Amino acid sequence: MFSNFDFDVIIRSLPYLFIDGMTFTVTLTAMAAGLGLIWGTLLALMRLSGFPPLVIFATGYVNLMRSVPLVLMIFWFYFLVPYIGQWITGSAAPIRVGAFMSSLITFALFEAAFFSEIMRAGIQSIARGQMAAAQALGMNYRTTMSYIILPQAFRNMVPVLLTQTIILFQDTSLVYVLSITDFLGAASKIAQRDGRLVEMYLFAAAVYFIISLAASTAVRRLNRRIAIIR
Amino acid sequence: MNYHWNWGIFWQISPDGAHTYFQLLLLGTWWTLTTAFFAWIIALTLGSLVGVARTTPNRWLLRFGNAYVELFRNIPLLVQMFLWYFVLPEVVPRDIGVWLKQLPDASFYTAVVALGLYTSARVAEQVRAGINSLARGQRAAGLALGLTLPQTYRYVLLPMAYRIMLPPLTSEFINVIKNSSVALTIGLMELTARAREMQEFTFQVFEAFTAATIIYIIINIVVTEGMRRLERAVAIPGYLAARTKPSWRQRWKARQRWRLRRV
Repeated sequence: MFSNFDFDVIIRSLPYLFIDGMTFTVTLTAMAAGLGLIWGTLLALMRLSGFPPLVIFATGYVNLMRSVPLVLMIFWFYFLVPYIGQWITGSAAPIRVGAFMSSLITFALFEAAFFSEIMRAGIQSIARGQMAAAQALGMNYRTTMSYIILPQAFRNMVPVLLTQTIILFQDTSLVYVLSITDFLGAASKIAQRDGRLVEMYLFAAAVYFIISLAASTAVRRLNRRIAIIR
Repeated sequence: MNYHWNWGIFWQISPDGAHTYFQLLLLGTWWTLTTAFFAWIIALTLGSLVGVARTTPNRWLLRFGNAYVELFRNIPLLVQMFLWYFVLPEVVPRDIGVWLKQLPDASFYTAVVALGLYTSARVAEQVRAGINSLARGQRAAGLALGLTLPQTYRYVLLPMAYRIMLPPLTSEFINVIKNSSVALTIGLMELTARAREMQEFTFQVFEAFTAATIIYIIINIVVTEGMRRLERAVAIPGYLAARTKPSWRQRWKARQRWRLRRV
């Protein structure tokens, strides 16, 4: 079964896989998670604001993102972002956007919908008295949110947010459909160039498995530690 | 924006000479739903078995269940599809490999298996959580009445757990439908692939993607509404979880009644 398994092709392509591929994947994951969390928190605040236009906008946004497959969203933004860029900058032709920028925007906007649901649950988990107490002390909405409610909501939701980030890490492999050289893209290019599909895809699966398993085990441990503090 | 809109494109005949682009999108929708349906059957069956295995007192079953879930949950779906599609025919004995490669609709079968197994791990998580959410006394009571362990599951635990699990299972079902779009990478011509094909032939990017998006939203609404009805039909009396959020129609009617009362 593995008699002609060629380990050498993996070792030869390690620098390409990790320096080119994994760097792209990890950078994309980290930046998309950061931007998605900011935009997602804003969406959650909009949804809880009680001001109808904002509530309708945030609810519609989240529902739209959650009912459409990520692959379709990747295609949407790949073609849409140049036109939006043209509209914003007012240039004559659709502007050229790099592969990284395009996928970063896609994943940030897409993940924001999921982060917003998590943050909404986090904000709602804070006791009502906290809000009342802050306002009784004379704090306005902004100070209450940024000093009292959001830090606690964020801390309560850290394990869930991290789990969602692990899912995001796995989902970034879908940029393959745009022929981008992320980790899987790099593995796939080597696989097709050298005709070594078995070795490269098994290796890619193993790497994804080890990283995700290690991360989710760490999150579980963190979760247990936080649970004791609370 | 200097984009040239052309909504009439859907009624034009596509390069295959027989179907309009609209018909191709519907064909894609059919494949999306078929793939999702068969994958869901696999996911529900295997997921239930593994989920139950993770709640039994048997240590080996528990370990097997945990390993199964971790294996399928920690590898991206796209990579799993590649493993089934490109790697499996190479590592099995030669004759079986040749047979697998020559199978008609190979990408469909691969997508069903890959998606089914991937989702089964997630269903197993929900099943385990559902069974563990039941009061511990239920299992003890079943055993104390002289039921065997399988009977306790069959007549006491599972009928309760499935009904509690319906809302999370609904979102898993919607995920299966959405995730079937990943199969376009192995050549399954489902909805997203058809929209992409239409974009390549006609350059009408936004019309094609808008249509696909609308179809996905419609599927989503139909599934959600259907499951909500099912939830109400099988609700366990006295459980909070059974009380679902009122629909906009019910809310509107309640508002009308309130207005009338004020007059």
